[in-house]
Amino acid sequence: MRKSLLALTAGLLLAGSVSAASAADKLKVGFIYLGPVGDLGWTYQHELARQALVKELGDKIETTFLENVPEGPDAERSIEQLVRAGNKLIFTTSFGYMDPTLKVAKKYPNVHFEHATGYKRNPNMSTYSAKWFQGRYIQGLIAAKMSKSGVLGYIGSFPIPEVVSGINATILAAQTINPNIKVKIIWANTWFDPGKEADAAKALIDQGADVIMQHTDSPAAMQIASERGKLAFGQDSEMIKFGPKTQLTSILDTWGPYYIARVKAELDGTWKSEDSWGGLDSHMFAMAPYTNMPDDVKKIAEDAQAAITAGKLHPFKCPVLGQDGKPVECKGGANLDDGQILGMNFYVKGIDDKLPGK
Amino acid sequence: MELVEAIILAVLAASTPLLIAATGELVTERSGVLNLGVEGMMIVGAACGFAGAWLTGSIFIGALFGIVAGTLMSLVFALMALGLAVNQVATGLALTILGVGLSGLIGAGFVGERITPALHLDIPGLTNIPLVGRVFFGEDAFVYFSLALVIGVWWFLYRTRSGLILRACGDNHVSAHALGYPVLRIRTLAVMFGGACAGLAGAYLPLAYTPFFIPGMTAGRGWIALALVVFSSWRPGRLVVGAYLFGAVTILQLHAQGWGVGIPSQLMSALPYLATVIVLVLLSRARTGGSTAPAALGTVFVPDR
Repeated sequence: MRKSLLALTAGLLLAGSVSAASAADKLKVGFIYLGPVGDLGWTYQHELARQALVKELGDKIETTFLENVPEGPDAERSIEQLVRAGNKLIFTTSFGYMDPTLKVAKKYPNVHFEHATGYKRNPNMSTYSAKWFQGRYIQGLIAAKMSKSGVLGYIGSFPIPEVVSGINATILAAQTINPNIKVKIIWANTWFDPGKEADAAKALIDQGADVIMQHTDSPAAMQIASERGKLAFGQDSEMIKFGPKTQLTSILDTWGPYYIARVKAELDGTWKSEDSWGGLDSHMFAMAPYTNMPDDVKKIAEDAQAAITAGKLHPFKCPVLGQDGKPVECKGGANLDDGQILGMNFYVKGIDDKLPGK
Repeated sequence: MELVEAIILAVLAASTPLLIAATGELVTERSGVLNLGVEGMMIVGAACGFAGAWLTGSIFIGALFGIVAGTLMSLVFALMALGLAVNQVATGLALTILGVGLSGLIGAGFVGERITPALHLDIPGLTNIPLVGRVFFGEDAFVYFSLALVIGVWWFLYRTRSGLILRACGDNHVSAHALGYPVLRIRTLAVMFGGACAGLAGAYLPLAYTPFFIPGMTAGRGWIALALVVFSSWRPGRLVVGAYLFGAVTILQLHAQGWGVGIPSQLMSALPYLATVIVLVLLSRARTGGSTAPAALGTVFVPDR
C-alpha cells in the first residue's frame, strides 16, 4: 500500500514538473491568503484582485494561491513552497507574514516579493498598503449627518495604529458636522468572530448608538443593525446584501490595479522594491456606492471624496488636538505626517474613553 | 429596565450554543469517552444546518441537517476511537481539523447567502408581560430547547437505570463489561448523542445567532464548551451555571466597554474565562471537595471475548 502511494506521489510530482516545463514561457505569480477565499472580507478582496489580474494578463501569466495560511513562522514553509513551484513574483497578503516573507526573500534573491501592510523591505521585497483612514473620514461625515441620537457605535478589532487612526479620522470628521458627537467604542479583540461582533453591535445599539461602524471582518454587525432598523458601514467588501436598507457605504479594498501594475512591471523587467501606501487617488481602495441617505448627505460625502482624492483635504489637518486638548506635534507641515499616522497611538479630543494600554 | 432586558436576551443567545454543545459532550464524557472534536462537529453542523435551511426554507429542517451532520461526524470518531481503539485525544483533534476543512467545502456554495433567522416566540398575553415576557416567552425556540435538553440529561443520568449504566461505563468499563453491559455500544450511543448536540449547537449559529454562513464562524466555541464540561465537574446543573455565567460576562464586558469604564479591553475579553473558571472551581470545591471526573475517561477499552 505504502509503496503504491509513493509511486503515485512520484507520478504526480513528475506530471507537475512536466506541466511546469510546458508553461515555462509564462510568468508564475503566487499568492498567500490568510483566510478562505470565501470569507467575504479581507481574503475575498485579494482573491477578486487576483481574478482581475488573470483577466487582464492571463495569456502571459499563471497564478497559484494558497489559502488559510496561518500567520507566523509556519507561513515560511508555504511561501517557500510557492518559490519551489517556480513562482517569480509572490504576494503575501497579511501583516503577520512580514518576517516569514523577509526570511524567504533573503534566501531567494532572484524571486520578487510583495508584502501587504507591513514595514520591512528588502531589495527584492516591496510593501503595499492603503490609506483607509481617508475612507473613515468620509464615513465620519455621513455618520454625523445620519445619526439622530448623536451617538456612534464603533467596533474595533485590536488597538493597533491602523484601527486607532480610523477611529480618530471618523470622529474628527463627525465633529465638523456635530461638535458634540459621541462615539462608543467596543474592542472585540478579534478580527473575525461573527457571534461576538454581533453581540458588540447589539450592546452598542442597546446603549443608544444608531450608526454602527466596524473594523472587524464579518457582516454580523451589519446584519444586526439591519434587524434593529439602524444604519451601518461595511468593511473591506460590499456588504449591502446583509443590509439593503442599512449600509451607508463601505470601504472596498481594491487591490486589482496595483497587482496588475506590479505584474506588468515584472514582465517588463522594471520591477523595483518600493513602498506603496496608496490613498483614494491611487485606487488602492474605493468607496461603495453611497446608499440609504438623502441627496444632501450624499453630496457632502462625494465632495469630501473628491477633495481628498485631489489632495485638497487631509483628514489629519493640523491642529489635531489630543484627548488632553493640547495640539499634537505637527510633523508634516499642514498635517500630521505619514509616520505619525502609521504609528498613531492616541485618541483625539472628543473621545471619552481610554485607549487600551495607554 | 429596557437595557437590562436587552442584556438578558443577548446573554441567552450567546450562551445557548455553548450549553447545547457542552451538554452533549458531558454525556459523551460521562460514558468514559473524551471527544475533543466538538469544534469540528459544530462547524460541520453550522455548514450543513445553513445548507438545509437555505435549500428548504425551513429552520427546523436546517436544525435537523445540523444534528445529522454532527452525528455522522461523531460516527467517524466512534469508528476510530471505539471500533479501532485509536488514541481518543489524537482522534478528537483530527476530527476538528477534518471538520474545519469539510465545512469550508460544504459551505463554499452558500457563502454570502442569507436566510430568515429562526423566529422569536410570540405568545399572545405572555410575551407582552413587561420585563419577564420576552425573556421567558420571547426568545427563539433553541433557547428553551437547550434548557429542556439539560433537564432531560440530568433526569436521564441520575434518575434512570440506563443513565446509571452509562455512568458505570465511564467509571469502570471493566466492571461494566463483566456485568454483561455492552460497553462499546453504550459508548457509541453516547458519542453519537454528543455529536448530535454539537451539530445542533453549530447549526444554531447560522440559523438564529448570525443568519449567514462564513467558514470558521464557530470561532472556538467548541473548545469553550469542552472547558465548561471540565469546570462543571461533569454535572449538568453546574454546566448551566457555567454556560450562562460565561455568556453573561461576555456580554457585560462589551457593555462595560461601551460605557467607557476604563479597564483595558484585553483584560475585559479575558474576564469570561477567568470568571467562569473561578466560580466553577469554587462550586466544585465547596460541595464535593475535588474533581469528579469519570474514572475511565479517555482510556481505551478493548473487550476480551
